[in-house]
Amino acid sequence: MSATDLTERSWEDRRAYTFGGAGDEGHTTRYATGHGEGGPASKRVIVGYGFWIFLLSDIIMFSAFFASYAVLASETAGGPSARQLFDKGSVAAETMCLLLSSFTCGLASLAVDRRNLKWTQLALLITGLLGFAFLLLEMREFAGLVAQQAGPTRSAFLSAFFTLVGCHGLHVTAGLLWLGTMMAQFFAKGFREDICHRYLCFSLFWHALDIIWVAIFSLVYLVGTVL
Amino acid sequence: MFGKLSWSAIPWDQPIPLTAAALVVLAIVVTLAWVLIKGYGSYLWHEWITSVDHKRIGVMYISLALLMLFRGFIDAVMMRSQQALAFHANGYLPPEHYDQIFSAHGTIMIFFAAMPFVIGLMNFVVPLQLGVRDVAFPTLNSTGFWLTATGAMLVNISLVVGEFARTGWLVYPPLSELRYSPGVGVDYYLWAVQISGIGTLMTGINFVTTILKTRAPGMSYTRMPMFCWTALASSLLIVAAFPVLTATLAMLILDRYVGFHFFTNEAGGNMMMFVNLIWTWGHPEVYILVLPAFGVFSEVVATFSGKPLFGYRSMVIATMFICLVSFTVWMHHFFTMGAGADVNAVFGIATSIIAVGTGVKIYNWLFTMYGGRVRFTTPMLWSVGFIVTFVIGGMTGVLLAVPPADFQLHNSMFLVAHFHNVIIAGVLFGAFAGLTYWFPKAWGFRLHEGWGKAAFWFSITGFYVTFVPLYVAGLLGMTRRLQRYDVPEWRPWVLAAGIGVAITACGLACQIIQLIVSVRRRSELRDLTGDPWDGRSLEWATASPPPVFNFAVLPDVRGEEPYWEIKQRAMETQQLADEPRYEPLEVPRNSPTGFITAFFATVMGFAMIWHIWWLAILGLVAAYVVFVWFAWRDVAHYEIPVEEVARLDRARRRAREEWLAAHARVGEPA
Repeated sequence: MSATDLTERSWEDRRAYTFGGAGDEGHTTRYATGHGEGGPASKRVIVGYGFWIFLLSDIIMFSAFFASYAVLASETAGGPSARQLFDKGSVAAETMCLLLSSFTCGLASLAVDRRNLKWTQLALLITGLLGFAFLLLEMREFAGLVAQQAGPTRSAFLSAFFTLVGCHGLHVTAGLLWLGTMMAQFFAKGFREDICHRYLCFSLFWHALDIIWVAIFSLVYLVGTVL
Repeated sequence: MFGKLSWSAIPWDQPIPLTAAALVVLAIVVTLAWVLIKGYGSYLWHEWITSVDHKRIGVMYISLALLMLFRGFIDAVMMRSQQALAFHANGYLPPEHYDQIFSAHGTIMIFFAAMPFVIGLMNFVVPLQLGVRDVAFPTLNSTGFWLTATGAMLVNISLVVGEFARTGWLVYPPLSELRYSPGVGVDYYLWAVQISGIGTLMTGINFVTTILKTRAPGMSYTRMPMFCWTALASSLLIVAAFPVLTATLAMLILDRYVGFHFFTNEAGGNMMMFVNLIWTWGHPEVYILVLPAFGVFSEVVATFSGKPLFGYRSMVIATMFICLVSFTVWMHHFFTMGAGADVNAVFGIATSIIAVGTGVKIYNWLFTMYGGRVRFTTPMLWSVGFIVTFVIGGMTGVLLAVPPADFQLHNSMFLVAHFHNVIIAGVLFGAFAGLTYWFPKAWGFRLHEGWGKAAFWFSITGFYVTFVPLYVAGLLGMTRRLQRYDVPEWRPWVLAAGIGVAITACGLACQIIQLIVSVRRRSELRDLTGDPWDGRSLEWATASPPPVFNFAVLPDVRGEEPYWEIKQRAMETQQLADEPRYEPLEVPRNSPTGFITAFFATVMGFAMIWHIWWLAILGLVAAYVVFVWFAWRDVAHYEIPVEEVARLDRARRRAREEWLAAHARVGEPA
């Protein structure tokens, strides 16, 4: 096998992975694919593409919350500031949970590609448990803040903080609901084509939540405690 | 149990809203009774309410838009007549009612008249022009429509139950905060716009995917009709701008409901952040509305000039240029904030530059007409009226883009005249042009030309008589949103504007008569071939109205004007292309998901407005259950048998062949 073969091979694999299925069904083949000229794209491409557009819009919504946090971060109104409040240990644990859950979500994608129900369900279950652990840690952090009179109504800074981080938390909650529904669907209906498409969207969603968390971790917690 | 809701929420002591509400309720009851007695309920449910066909959804969007346009126009009539009476007097509307009317007028016209109108046109036309069978996500499309309808309904419920916002259509804090607006008016606004905004976002995602990923074979980007390009630009703007609106209104909701401090006066809140955020959405919104209208004009002008669109590629570039730059001008809505000369200069220059893109378009339309055989049909009249009027609106816009001038004119009637000038002449004229242009495609018969032309002449005259005086009143120092005034110099101009709105009302009446006359005389206005205007793009290749699958065989696109080329070939050879081999087609099944989701969204929105927490939670849970129930379905498509496809397409071919034969006799070359 030559070097070119290898590259092409891995490109095919990567594409199959990205689109949650095997083989070249991207577009009907009369014209160069990928530019939408060869007639309507396959359902798999359409679903994945549409969901990417949704994710972009979701990220834009987060950017508005990030912007408001940036504007209000110093408006503590005589109350506690970021440096006094944030607990780096707890945040590190949350980050670990979420990053690990992304890894197990990736494992679940591999299992779905291989149509292996047992490993799919197991990987999804672990993903869900890690996501749930993240949520518990976050709720504990929030409860602790409220207990020391640093709830969201204390100052504009805290309003913006709770909204930004809480919005991410809400997304994780919605993701968990979706994950449960996904597992039930795999269980009840197996690896039907449309359900695999749906899983593709779920995994994209779950990974996107990680990206947003990385931004929150850096811009809110790191900047808040270090600077 | 019922939160803040009690019998006192209904304004028993105010005769005007009460009478209006009684009339609306009566109309709804009569319509419902008529539908049930005639036995149309099942037809409506199966053919319209649960339909996921983009053409049906487009028609429903436009029907909603026309209804809301009527409601918004009544508000306008009330405002103009109040100001005509309120010189040294109180008029007939008390301030708290007048403030609700101008807020409702703006909210309804932008969110529930203009938006559904352009989105309805996009829905109906884009898949047909792209030569495909449906949008990317048909059920999502239906859900988006019904969520928009939810928003419209909540705003209209506020007429009877409670009140609407008294803050203007963009609910600026701190006035919109709980301390200064303790009633439910702002909450009605927030939940109506939030819910319909989610519907709009769904549409945006759907159309970006549809246009970029599902086109007929051979239709590369540079072969897409101009309307598809503008629909793409508009959808991209929706995807990029509406999330900001959602986030901003969510922050205001948190302020009002749970005591957060985003925009409050105390605890470090920053109210100018709201103004910045809302216009980050608000300025792109202007182009979300007007770009599809530009697309309509491009189609109409090319068709009725009998020429391809002049400068197609420069038109595409200008569209995408506007799409990008529209995100860099938002601050011109509040130069007076005090950001300083440098910042104001940057935004002023950006604002002047964005006019260049529109200027390119104006010249392209003019050059398309130049040397063409122009047919002055109703859609063409709207287009020419647009070009002239919109240029005036654009000029006053560039004037307002100069910060020192803006400091004088900010919040004056001059500004009011300016944005009505661009929105009425741009968006509304475009919507009416599109409505008359594509009406025969949707229903199989044309609208009556005479009444259409009368509507145009009344509307454009009414527009000038209303808004030119308001420009003058603004220059004389009259500020907007005045419930009464004491300056004698303004009086004649305000009275003239009142006459103008009466003329516009005649235009509206003509449109209603046009609809009735056209339906009654539909047999003589019938469009038999599917190509009533000698069109150029693919929507005219199929029958009027098109079959549910649009095209029996996907067209093969080989140039910029695929249908025009097919037609020329047919006329040269005196025959149609060979009959294709028909195949059975898969079509998405109808689904009540959108309607049921919207029902629960309405329940949830209403419950949140009145603080009925248990009902809100119930609505949310029910919406989730509907979602899972939909996800559980096993059959998403049904098959149309090959005989049915062949029967419908052969009927279309027969009509075309008859036309071709008739045409050959008339146009026999010497």
